[in-house]
Amino acid sequence: MPETLALKINGQLVEVPSGTSVAAALLIASQPFRLSVIGEPRAALCGMGICFECRAVVNGRAHRRTCQLFCEAGMTVETNL
Amino acid sequence: MKSFDILVVGAGIVGSAVARECALLGWQVGVVSGGTLAGSATAAGMGHVVVMDDSPAQLALTAYSQSLWHQLAAHLPKSAEYEGCGTIWVAADDEDMVQVPAKHALYARFGIETNILSAAQLAHAEPNLRRGLIGGLLVPADGIVYPPAVASYFLAEATRLGAEIFPARAVSAAHGEVRLNTGAVLAADRIVLAVGADCKLLPALPIQRRKGHLAITDRYPGFVRHQLVELGYLKSAHTLTEDSVAFNIQPRQTGQLLIGSSRQYGSTGPEIEPEMLRRMLDRAIEYMPSLDNLSSLRTWTGFRAATPDKLPCIGSASGLSDDATLWLATGFEGLGITNAPGAARLLVAAMTAQTPAIDVTPYLPARMKAQVSMPYA
Ligand SMILES: Cc1cc2nc3c(=O)[nH]c(=O)nc-3n(C[C@H](O)[C@H](O)[C@H](O)COP(=O)(O)OP(=O)(O)OC[C@H]3O[C@@H](n4cnc5c(N)ncnc54)[C@H](O)[C@@H]3O)c2cc1C
Ligand code: FES
Repeated sequence: MPETLALKINGQLVEVPSGTSVAAALLIASQPFRLSVIGEPRAALCGMGICFECRAVVNGRAHRRTCQLFCEAGMTVETNL
Repeated sequence: MKSFDILVVGAGIVGSAVARECALLGWQVGVVSGGTLAGSATAAGMGHVVVMDDSPAQLALTAYSQSLWHQLAAHLPKSAEYEGCGTIWVAADDEDMVQVPAKHALYARFGIETNILSAAQLAHAEPNLRRGLIGGLLVPADGIVYPPAVASYFLAEATRLGAEIFPARAVSAAHGEVRLNTGAVLAADRIVLAVGADCKLLPALPIQRRKGHLAITDRYPGFVRHQLVELGYLKSAHTLTEDSVAFNIQPRQTGQLLIGSSRQYGSTGPEIEPEMLRRMLDRAIEYMPSLDNLSSLRTWTGFRAATPDKLPCIGSASGLSDDATLWLATGFEGLGITNAPGAARLLVAAMTAQTPAIDVTPYLPARMKAQVSMPYA
């Protein structure tokens, strides 16, 4: 069994295996990644830092590409911007 | 040969404003638009509608133009993104702060209301500015627009009133005749050169291209609330031969932040110069440290049309040309968005022998004759 860690996604505690990307954690938690300018839900597309569709607010910083970040214990992720 | 009351060469914001003003008079207007706004200052600039006090003549023209923007605001389409967000001139030290009461009094003489801000009021108005700044001056009636959308609106208005657009370049414009690169020749009683920094049609114009860098960020709504400019800006804008940077940041309606500004002479290519961009962004981060955490989406450059005395050329070309059909509306340096509505009105007043709303003597192109040999120093 891999080690796990817990982070907060939109206020909810989510437990994921360590080594999980934040984008994967958002998928596990069934959360939209962000809303587009015209209000449509968006999710990770390229998974490699190119398309910027996976942006979310991580530890208070807006527009982080979650496919390029690993989950850390105690991290906060917000997608309801 | 097709013939008009007036032909406007150049359809940046200034040419478009002139075309609209003339169409409103009921004149037959032709506009030689150069095709697209690509490469124009209007597509590159910041769109800050700002009353500027670098000289009494500049203050008179910007204050007059600001009042016209207030009248226009209700008619502009949404795409023009007009926001009456006001300007805050930011004072970093005592030397800056001594300017504040003087600026307040000077603006008051031109009927422009301003509020002096203490350090605490400044921090409250703009929480992302660094601590330790000592105050500022709020100019509530300043605003921002998206310049290319305004230019399109002016041009659409002119067209609606009957103006005809020629998407071509003028290869010559003199003595009532404009030749296009398409081979067509147009005739008019008057020709207005609204050609920005491109002086090929009248090489006697002593205009230099002054390069500026800009950067735009991703969307961070509420991060900045007013257009913020450091009080050292005028020092920077008037450091005449040296390259300079100043803190100047603008909140767009989208939540994006437009970051300026740099000024360079002698750099003629449109490429980004990493060293200049770095200096400009470092200056912005000095005033607003948390900018360092934001992501920038795009950087670009544009060229201001600078005259030796920093004032535009509005009026008959007499003195620079013996062609009585030729009129000028160019040389707006860093204030052509602000001043386009005022310039258009003043030019039309001169062409129709009406009394202008403000004294136009300081803007008459004839003064350039004496300045042709004046160094840019
Ligand atoms: C970085 C930067 C920031 C700025 N910020 C501000 C600001 O915040 N507020 C402000 O008020 N101003 C600002 N300015 C200044 C402002 O953008 C300009 O003064 C203004 O856009 C000038 O408009 P214009 O119509 O005179 O010239 P342009 O927009 O350059 O238009 C001239 C047009 O004429 C056309 N043309 C030229 N020659 C011919 C020809 N022979 N035939 C056909 N067409 C021709 C060109 O193609 C062009 O489209 C800024 C400028 C820069 C570069
Ligand atoms: S999924 Fe494309 S950048 Fe993250």
